[in-house]
Amino acid sequence: MSAQSTAKTSPRRVRSFLSRVADLYVDGFRSMKSTGRTLWLLIILKAILLFAVMKLFFFPDLLKRDYSTDAERAQAVRTSLTR
Amino acid sequence: MNDLISTVDWSRAQFALTAMYHWLFVPLTLGLAVIVAVMETIYYRTRSERWLAITKFWMTLFGVNFAIGVATGIILEFEFGSNWSNYSWFVGDIFGAPLAIEGILAFFMEATFVAVMFFGWKKVSAGFHLTATWLTAIGATLSALWILVANAWMQYPVGMEFDPAQMRNVMDDFWAVAFSPVAVHKFIHTVFSGWILAGIFVLGVSAWFLYKKRNPELAIRSIKVGGWVGAIGMLITLWSGDNSAVDVARVQPMKLAAMEGLYDGKCGQELVGIAMLNPDKQPGDDLDPYLFDISIPKGLSLLATHSLNGFVPGINDLIDGIELTESGDTIHTVSYAERIAMGRQAHEALRTYDAAMAAGDTAAMSAAAADLKANYQYFGYGYLSSPEDAVPPIGLTFYAFRLMVCIGGLLVLVIAVMLFSAYRRQGWLDKKWLLWVAMLSIPLVYVCSQAGWVTAEVGRQPWIIQDLMPVQAAISAIPTATVILTFCLFALIFTGFLAAEIGIMLRQISKGSKMDYESLKD
Repeated sequence: MSAQSTAKTSPRRVRSFLSRVADLYVDGFRSMKSTGRTLWLLIILKAILLFAVMKLFFFPDLLKRDYSTDAERAQAVRTSLTR
Repeated sequence: MNDLISTVDWSRAQFALTAMYHWLFVPLTLGLAVIVAVMETIYYRTRSERWLAITKFWMTLFGVNFAIGVATGIILEFEFGSNWSNYSWFVGDIFGAPLAIEGILAFFMEATFVAVMFFGWKKVSAGFHLTATWLTAIGATLSALWILVANAWMQYPVGMEFDPAQMRNVMDDFWAVAFSPVAVHKFIHTVFSGWILAGIFVLGVSAWFLYKKRNPELAIRSIKVGGWVGAIGMLITLWSGDNSAVDVARVQPMKLAAMEGLYDGKCGQELVGIAMLNPDKQPGDDLDPYLFDISIPKGLSLLATHSLNGFVPGINDLIDGIELTESGDTIHTVSYAERIAMGRQAHEALRTYDAAMAAGDTAAMSAAAADLKANYQYFGYGYLSSPEDAVPPIGLTFYAFRLMVCIGGLLVLVIAVMLFSAYRRQGWLDKKWLLWVAMLSIPLVYVCSQAGWVTAEVGRQPWIIQDLMPVQAAISAIPTATVILTFCLFALIFTGFLAAEIGIMLRQISKGSKMDYESLKD
């Protein structure tokens, strides 16, 4: 009986905890004032610039891009370092 | 070849710029998190509305800095993959493991608890909120730990073995990497220098409140907390700086020689206090290294060896492989010419290994691997044309070190006088010159902090990994024009973000100075 009740309450507790965590963020974002909004705007802008522009177009991982296996990458570095 | 040199120089400049921008935000986050946590602890104990207002004011400034600074370090990781691909592969999991731990800690601890700090005032209990604030401070510090462990490994590579098949250094002792003395002292020195920076930031902003005669009680209370955190940070930074000097003398003696502009060392070596370097001086010539100097007798020996008569080698001694005992006997160590020969032998062994691997000759592979292992400790020297190539830029290292020490000395006084004034002579806090000194200390502490990193990083040149890999071997074969373009893009974008931070920060400081503090219950 007791085990059954624990099994029933545990998922409920987890849901309740997750819902409280979600509330924290949702209410927090809703009640944010202009400074908070500006900061979030800057964070989003920075993330776009970093990941969608700079990483994508200017900072490729060369060894990952140019070689398909670790053995090929190791060979490329060995050749480069012993030239 | 010229294009390669240009790519190396631009990539170094780009990495330096990125790291320096990143380091504008990090130390304030590290220190201000602790100051805010202390303030909130006082609020928790007293339940004073005034302490709550003080906590929230500094927490807002912490939030502005945190938000603008977040992810500035990511670009460094991008650069590893694109500009420094040889290095990135060569370091293997030694760099990857600490950075992965840092990413997980930064994400889960900081992101979670920062949200509670800012959104949770009315949602969680006061005790839970305070715990979240402290955990944010601890999370930020732990994030810094793993980055600094990775950096320390580059200065003092330990706990690994090179595998020529994988072309990677494979970590065989995590604890040796994480708790090498260089890592421990670097971590302590760096994190507590963040406490100093944040303490000075609080003193400077509070001085502005007093200068404007706005909310003086808030300012004085802030000076007390910021001043104590700064003072504790200063004491621990001085202690760890002393230990770092011993580490540098032991594992990077060329860096120490560059920091001092020391060419010919001796037992009982003096410490150069103030000096101007002779720009014509070169290793091996007879010119005086200084145009003038004021030195402290036996000071460097005491600093570097903790013995008044300890021998500190100069650049020429290191190149020639000569050390002296305290009784004056000469000991021959490995000269740089010999290191270059051993490095070239290691390269040759690697080439032989490569050919044997292609031919499937396992016996030849084993023999080449053994030869490589025997000479691997000087692998990087094989890339140098002459011993003088292993000498870092003396001028920049020498002056950056002095800048750090001189400003640091001034900041000790600023913290001491501001604390004394706040506790014993509040009348002094009406003196405009003192308030100006405190305000101007904010840019100075940033210069001091950056100068520390310049000393550490320029002083270890030409090595990206001490003795194992110079910067020219670490670089990717990419066009210089690409690096110049990304350098300019980065400078433009991040200067914009920095301007935004300063603008928002100044607005928040002004807003805080006008809050209705006096009407709050204490």
